[in-house]
Amino acid sequence: MSNENKNLSGDPIIKCQDVHKWYGNFHVLRGINMDVQKGEVVVIFGPSGSGKSTFIRCINRLEEHQKGHIIVDGIELSHDVRNIAAIRKEVGMVFQQFNLFPHLTVMQNITLGPIYVRKWDKQKAEEIAMQLLERVGIPEQAHKYPGQLSGGQQQRVAIARALAMQPKIMLFDEPTSALDPEMIKEVLEVMEELAASGMTMLVVTHEMGFARAVADTMYFFDEGQIVESGTPEEVFLNPQEDRTKLFLSQILQH
Amino acid sequence: MTTLTPTKEILPPPTERITILGWMKKNLFGSIGDTILTFAAGAFLVWLVYSIGHWIFFSAQWAAVTDNVHLFMKGQYPGSEDWRLWLLLYLLGLVVGLSWGIFLKRAETVGWVLLIVPIVLAVWIWSLGRQSWMNLLLIDVLAIVGYFLGKRYPKQLARPTYIMILLYMPLVILLVRGFGENGFLKLVTTNLWGGLLLSLLLAVFGIVFSFPFGVLLALGRQSKLPALKTLSVIYIEVIRGVPLITLLFMGQLMLPFFLPSGIIIDRVIRATVAIIMFAAAYMAENVRGGLQSIPKGQYEAADALGLNGFQKMTFIILPQALRAVIPVLVGQFIGLFKDTSLVALVGLLDLLGIARGVLANPNYIGRQLEVFAFIALIYWVFSYGMSYGSRRLEIALGVGER
Repeated sequence: MSNENKNLSGDPIIKCQDVHKWYGNFHVLRGINMDVQKGEVVVIFGPSGSGKSTFIRCINRLEEHQKGHIIVDGIELSHDVRNIAAIRKEVGMVFQQFNLFPHLTVMQNITLGPIYVRKWDKQKAEEIAMQLLERVGIPEQAHKYPGQLSGGQQQRVAIARALAMQPKIMLFDEPTSALDPEMIKEVLEVMEELAASGMTMLVVTHEMGFARAVADTMYFFDEGQIVESGTPEEVFLNPQEDRTKLFLSQILQH
Repeated sequence: MTTLTPTKEILPPPTERITILGWMKKNLFGSIGDTILTFAAGAFLVWLVYSIGHWIFFSAQWAAVTDNVHLFMKGQYPGSEDWRLWLLLYLLGLVVGLSWGIFLKRAETVGWVLLIVPIVLAVWIWSLGRQSWMNLLLIDVLAIVGYFLGKRYPKQLARPTYIMILLYMPLVILLVRGFGENGFLKLVTTNLWGGLLLSLLLAVFGIVFSFPFGVLLALGRQSKLPALKTLSVIYIEVIRGVPLITLLFMGQLMLPFFLPSGIIIDRVIRATVAIIMFAAAYMAENVRGGLQSIPKGQYEAADALGLNGFQKMTFIILPQALRAVIPVLVGQFIGLFKDTSLVALVGLLDLLGIARGVLANPNYIGRQLEVFAFIALIYWVFSYGMSYGSRRLEIALGVGER
């Protein structure tokens, strides 16, 4: 399912050039360069505090970068509110803690964005929401509240909620880290199906099995920099940097 | 060597049969100390109930109350215009019934309408003659009809009910105040408004207007715009640093000096505005507490979906923040209702003002206990009603969440 059938050349859908960010005096991102092609599945991994989450949160402006350029789908992220709104329409995000809206039903969670941002009528939004719930395998939960679902189900609803906006790009910020082991699989399966459908995905994860199966490109982050990148084969079988070797040996041990 | 044999059947939880005697033995007579306490508390309760009962039925002279019930209820509001107040109460019965039927689908709430409302209104019977029985019955019947209609046709009636709720407040003003020199809805000036009518109007308008004002202040205080934030903080801190009675006095006595001559603002309006301004500052702090309880992830999820700031607040943040502070807000509403009694000190004839007026009448000298017990009962009934309503609201809103 990997990179054989994809055409990963041409104009990138995400262009990051020399992206820097500071939290106070702490230099979190130190010159990130990354191009992502349409349909590419990117896995970002690295130790905690390496800036990988911060980086993907810069792509839909949940965090602000202070230097460099991020261009998403031809629009440069700047202080212009219209640009931010335009980009957020096209970029879906799935969070570690799901962040579903607890006071709304599953159906309302999914249709809120399409109705108020995409301005679809309610009927169309609900039809598409039902299709998405079937795609993630939980159509029967449509009228429950998030608190009544298991963690894995909640994360699948969160994926459906992001997909309902029909985004061009999906960001996943450690989507399985808050899940019990037996629920990780059901979420990864949904993500694998999504990758196979040709969605452009940026995934921060430590699930190396998932990375090996679906990633086109892997980036190893450490201390706010990209230490190493390449196809899964290159990174797993023949890592060039000592830091990468050490990290992989630590997380692949068990 | 032993092996663990897995239990095959699913066991029911152990049942414990509780008899009345068993309960008493456990909770009342568990030890010698308990027994002594039980008897002491029992004796005290019996004495208390006997004393109060004896006072109510034998010692107290209720004439100060029964002669003046119409004053306590509506002040000097002219009897010829009573139908306007009744009309509002019919509508209230209908709207309350409809809302109950549509929004709260519990049968037990019918019991509430059937039992409590007539009891609350029973005090009106003394004042308004035999005809009031018919009026009361009509309110009750309308509430029950509304309940069953709302239950039967929740979809069709939801919108009309919302509209009625929205129009109710303007209608109250229109009907209570009226307009024109004479004729169909002739003007009843505010100096004739009094008693429970005035107390409720002050409280309801105070609550209805201070709530959105308070929410805006809370949002202003959290705003990223420095000017808005500073103004909100200054407003909140200044108002919270001043007693309500001071604001009322300033409104009644000082405001006229600052206004250009010829402009006279109605005294009741001045008092209402003072109450709204005061309550809004406290409301803002309570709402802020709710806003701070919302996890950052909720803001981020709303942002990531592309919702704008207004949509984020209206659909995601405020519904959760306000639900979290319902108990606090209702506590504040109850406090506000009771605080309206301070307007008596600036000369308005609300429940307390009427009570003071009645006690000033030489015929009722020394009847303070009866009069104050009576208005305390009225305050209690409404405060308890709000408290009960808030608990029902919490249950209704909390279903299946978190």
